[in-house]
Order: sequence, then C-alpha cells, then structure tokens
Amino acid sequence: MEASRDHGETPPRRPELNAAASTDSALVARCRLGDDQAWRELVDRFSRYVYAIATKAFRLPEHDAEDVFQEVFARVYERLDSLRDDEAVRPWIAQLTRRLCIDRLRAGSREQPADEDLPELPADDVVAELDEAFDLHDAMAHLPDNCRDILDRFFARDESYRTIGESLGLPAGTIASRISRCLEKLRAALEGRNLPASPSGGQVT
Amino acid sequence: MTGNDAERLARLIGMLPPAPGGWVRAAQELPTARLGLENLVARAQADAEFRHALLSDLEAALEAEGLEPGPRAVEELRRRLARD
Repeated sequence: MEASRDHGETPPRRPELNAAASTDSALVARCRLGDDQAWRELVDRFSRYVYAIATKAFRLPEHDAEDVFQEVFARVYERLDSLRDDEAVRPWIAQLTRRLCIDRLRAGSREQPADEDLPELPADDVVAELDEAFDLHDAMAHLPDNCRDILDRFFARDESYRTIGESLGLPAGTIASRISRCLEKLRAALEGRNLPASPSGGQVT
Repeated sequence: MTGNDAERLARLIGMLPPAPGGWVRAAQELPTARLGLENLVARAQADAEFRHALLSDLEAALEAEGLEPGPRAVEELRRRLARD
C-alpha cells in the first residue's frame, strides 16, 4: 500500500467533486445493493473529508492517518446497514473518524512516558470548518469544468501556475487572472443559490 | 468580491486536499478484497491441505487470489483463519 501522496498524478476527472450530483442517500442505497461503482463513488466523495479530519483536525502523522483512513472505510462498509438515516452518512463518517483518531491518539499516549497526557484534542470548530469546506467543494461541482479544475489544482492540490498551465494547456501568465475569475464565479454561484459565503453561513449546498 | 471573501473561499478549498491515491484505491477495492479473503477462508475450511499451504505462505495465497498482499490484508487473513 502506498504511504505517500501521488503528487505527480493528474487524473483527467475529479470524481470526488462530481459525485455531488448523486445525493448521499441515493449513494448509500446503491452501496447497500452491492453496487461496487457506488462504493467507489462513496469513497471518492468522502476520502478528502476523512483524510482532512485525520491530518488537519487531529494532526495525526501520515502512517497513523492511513490506518485511521482504512479503518473508517472498512467500518463504513461493514456497518452501512446500521445507518438509520441515509442522509446522515456524512456526520456518521465524521463521528467515526473522530472516534478512531481519538483512539489512535490515546494508544499513542499510552506508549509515551506516564507524565505525558493525551495530546490536546482539536476544537470542534476545526471539524466544523471542514464541513464548510466539504459544502464548498460540492458547490464547486456546479462550476464549469475548467474553473473547478483550476481552483482545485491551485488551492487544494497546491500546484504551481506553471504546472497548472502545462497540464491544462494554458499560458502560465493567465492562471492568476483565471483563478480570480473562477473565485468570483464561485462566490456568485453561492450567492445565486442564496447561500452566504460567510463564516456564519453554514451549509452551502 | 472583497479580499476577505476570496481569501476565505481559497482557504476553505485548500482545507480538503486529495487523500493519497493509494489509500483511496485500497478503500475502493475493499469489497473485492473482502470477497477474495472469504473465498480463501472458505477453501481453507473445506480443504485441510489447502489450509496448511495457505498458512505456510499467506502472502503468496493472497497474490494467487489476485489480492495485494499488503500487511493489512495479511493480518486480516491471519485473523480470520485463527477464528476458525
């Protein structure tokens, strides 16, 4: 199993961003029917979220984060039938991830000298921000492909203007202005759907 | 758009970088891997000779089943066989 990011990989599509079209409940229902493609979509849809909770909210090192990541999806796969409200799959996955991260931190602290306590747990607002980020990525699915791609490459994948330009066949000098225009489109899309892009706005889908 | 608006949207987009591709693929292949493990365990239950061969080289057995013989899969197979 790979332990490092596939930084050089540039898949032509971003299925995890397109999956917003399929509602969570429909996706869960298809998974329950044994639809392997639905399972792949579900993993795509929530992979960034689980990864971010483990690495950004709980700051687990990469090898611990990988264990948590695989365990989360293993449990989701095993326990999907026990989910009472299919629309609540995201908070369910979030809660599962949090619990496994806490278990991992506790296990780590037991291996430390006795005077070292459990590391400080992240404030809930970090996870809440990740929820906002998730909603924003959903909203990006409604942008034109080139905008979605440019914003994701630059801000989420941390690609340089040059790399983006080469990948998309665009002059590197135009990337900054395209990013600005795409952010404007995203903001307009959020406002057009009457969903505020402010910290108090909550859900943006 | 105000500077803050753009800054905030950019920060939120950046909060969800892609998970490593190998992790995602492994999670996506979970149903196939589970099925492969179940087949191996079922054959081991029905055939003592196969079980002996399986236990002597778990990694080779996984590979023969078309599964990635990573540490997680090996451990899972060992755990299931011990449960029998």
